[in-house]
Amino acid sequence: MSKSTVSARFRRVDVDEYDENKFVDEEDGAENQMGPDEAEVDSLIRQGNLNEALHAVLKNPPINTKNQNMKDRAEGLVLKVLSAFKSSDIEKGVQSLDRNGVDLLMKYIYKGFERPSENSSAVLLQWHEKALAVGGVGSIVRVLTARKTV
Amino acid sequence: MAYHSFLLEPISCHAWNKDRSQIALCPNNHEVHIYQKDGTKWTRIHELKEHNGQVTGIDWAPDSNRIVTCGADRNAYVWTMKDGAWKPTLVILRINRAARCVKWSPKENKFAVGSGSRLISICYFEQENDWWVCKHIKKPIRSTILSLDWHPNNVLLAAGSCDFKCRMFSAYIKEVEEKPGPTPWGSKMPFGEVLFESGTSGAADQTGGGGGWVHSVCFSQSGNRLAWTSHDSTVSLAEGGKTRTVNSLSSETLPLLCVTFITENSLVAAGHDCYPVLFVYDGAKGSLTFGGKLDVPKQASQKGISARERFQNLDRRASETQSTDKNLSTLHKNSISQISVLNGGKNNCTRFCTTGMDGGMCLWDVKTLESAMKDLKIV
Repeated sequence: MSKSTVSARFRRVDVDEYDENKFVDEEDGAENQMGPDEAEVDSLIRQGNLNEALHAVLKNPPINTKNQNMKDRAEGLVLKVLSAFKSSDIEKGVQSLDRNGVDLLMKYIYKGFERPSENSSAVLLQWHEKALAVGGVGSIVRVLTARKTV
Repeated sequence: MAYHSFLLEPISCHAWNKDRSQIALCPNNHEVHIYQKDGTKWTRIHELKEHNGQVTGIDWAPDSNRIVTCGADRNAYVWTMKDGAWKPTLVILRINRAARCVKWSPKENKFAVGSGSRLISICYFEQENDWWVCKHIKKPIRSTILSLDWHPNNVLLAAGSCDFKCRMFSAYIKEVEEKPGPTPWGSKMPFGEVLFESGTSGAADQTGGGGGWVHSVCFSQSGNRLAWTSHDSTVSLAEGGKTRTVNSLSSETLPLLCVTFITENSLVAAGHDCYPVLFVYDGAKGSLTFGGKLDVPKQASQKGISARERFQNLDRRASETQSTDKNLSTLHKNSISQISVLNGGKNNCTRFCTTGMDGGMCLWDVKTLESAMKDLKIV
């Protein structure tokens, strides 16, 4: 009469996997996105050409790859560039970016917030303020609604 | 700009009759209320009570004077005026989730209902059985349909969906109409054919991502242009023709919930920022640009703050900085959820109306806006 209620193994089944109407994102062919070029960015930082370094590090974002290592490396590199800026130069750096660049910068900033390290949050907050002034709330909305992110 | 507050609750949806003397709206419950314009006042003249769930869409056919409503109870009713009262006729939509939006076709011989069942029901009247029947468009829709708009040829239907895509389908019903002629969007139009889908035509965006839910779609008066707004704060416009061009503009505001054409080149959209904005499309350059905010707030009177008030402010907030205005200076005090053209049609609109979550309805006059805002050019 009564079913055996001892085993709770059924609770570990992920029923969503068996839903035939489950929404699956379209696979966008991962155009070999290698992430920003580490060597190029490093040399630009050493030369002190920070605006160029910013543009270089925002190239080839690893959006479509599933490779978590690549994404982490890219994020680390971006953080290095952002920290290298002087506070007074941040605004000019943001102004030199186009609309897509500002959106991408916002994505990296929020990714950086996810894993705070020594002092990273302070730098990121300064960049966030300047990027918000240029991109507006819309750029943050685009970070939240993006299906594939850095 | 006339603002009238109907309720304290959100207005779920609204529709106007042909001469704009009556408005049918849903006061966030199971009913539809019809208000009649009485000089400057609005008086409620009818209450349509038939739905068992919230009424999510209302459309009023101007020529045949029929109202179609759809609700969260998975039903749609067609209301006809008989002896001074509105009589409902049930339409079985064969859906198992709530209906979300409804639109009469331009010739008013059929209507389309978008629902959470991931399909669109095209309903038409069958004379022999004296009964509304419906046909479904299912593929390739993968999520709730949020908005619909018909092309002027009575066959093409644009649908914005929660699967991040705006699509154009053919809703050709051979029982009620002739085969349609070719259009810039295509010439073969069997029922259910997809003539346009946003986001698939190449253009690998650098930022990738699929965009957001498509909240609202709108055809231009000629039907050659299709505009839609999306939850990732973008507004896009597609132009039919041999080269299908799609232009998007990422805006700096919160997402826009509704959009309409007011001329062939200008769009007005509104959303969570509580004010309508103008966008201008340049067909030759193929660019969509921001035209301006359409709500000019009354300048907060800059009267001198007395010394006592200054101390009180300091004390309250314990800071030196000027506090940001907590009150919205726009006419609508909450998100605008629907926009409709009142006079002039979609190619020469002179007045449009917005309703929102603050329970208010605002009538906007295009000529007044043009003169009030310098730099505002409606092309």
